[in-house]
Amino acid sequence: MSFQISDKTYETDEEGYLANLSDWNPEVAEFMAKEDDCDLSDPHWEVINFLREYYEEYQIAPAVRVLTKAIGKKLGKDKGNSKYLYELFPYGPAKQACKYAGLPKPTGCV
Amino acid sequence: MQDGVKKFMYVNRRAPYGTVYALEGLEVILIGAAFDQYVSVAFIDDGVFQLKTGQDTGDSDMKNFSPTYRALGDYDVTKLYVEEESLQERGLTRDDLLDLTYEDEDDDYKEKSSIHIVSRAEMAELLEQQDVILNF
Amino acid sequence: MLHTVNKSPFEKSSLDTCLRLAKPGSDILLIEDGVYAAAVGTAVEQKIREAVSDHTFYALGPDLKARGIEEARLIDGVKVVGYGEFVDLAAGNERVQAWL
Repeated sequence: MSFQISDKTYETDEEGYLANLSDWNPEVAEFMAKEDDCDLSDPHWEVINFLREYYEEYQIAPAVRVLTKAIGKKLGKDKGNSKYLYELFPYGPAKQACKYAGLPKPTGCV
Repeated sequence: MQDGVKKFMYVNRRAPYGTVYALEGLEVILIGAAFDQYVSVAFIDDGVFQLKTGQDTGDSDMKNFSPTYRALGDYDVTKLYVEEESLQERGLTRDDLLDLTYEDEDDDYKEKSSIHIVSRAEMAELLEQQDVILNF
Repeated sequence: MLHTVNKSPFEKSSLDTCLRLAKPGSDILLIEDGVYAAAVGTAVEQKIREAVSDHTFYALGPDLKARGIEEARLIDGVKVVGYGEFVDLAAGNERVQAWL
């Protein structure tokens, strides 16, 4: 599967996750979000950027409970809870945000 | 221990890149961590090479998954047992291993080492204590 | 003849068989998990030490690097080579024997 932005083609897997992490740019996130009828706000970007940093450091996309805990530690308790994260990413914070961040589907997501 | 909670031990005996066992094993550990069981990981034989510092696959077109071991603490996998004799046979010491830690929620989030170097006899004892052993 | 060994000496007997059957003057190239044999302080170090006078030992650099084996840890006489030199060794020998 693939999608196009301007003249560039981006390969994805069957669930729409970017095939090559290195293809990612903010436009990709905007495009994927628009497909889901989701407008990316600063709080969305905070989580997307956090996930990209997490991946850079550990080479995995974290499971949702790991993400929640880590967000709480980094961005504060008011953000490190499922309610806040599910409001931002109703399809599931780990799955949806990881997709926009260009990461593979989270490891340990059952 | 709570009802329904079993002692799981993942036994790693393979070097990291020559076969896919080490990477598959690590992924199973991360997935299994979602089930809230009592989990520990053993590194025996060539499995100890998985924890070697300084792995860099930049020249060999493979994914370097050694940074992922550092996420084990986040997944509440905090008991990593490394067999001392296996290290010695391979010319390694504790200083050659990644510094893997976790934050102890029951002790004011103090950072503690996840790595425990154990003797062969202690490893044999640990294996006896498990309900389920998974081998990679 | 060029001999290659790609298995860990702690897990398989490939290195032993290679050392037993390689004629003096052979090139022996350690690749993949075979490179673990090139480090000092291991249970197999003596085997390599005894063989370095009869053979020329090489270890593939990218495989050493992937596994975190620093060049300072290598047994004296083991030469680090890249992919290009691997090709040269294969081309420069009449036969290649891969001990799998």
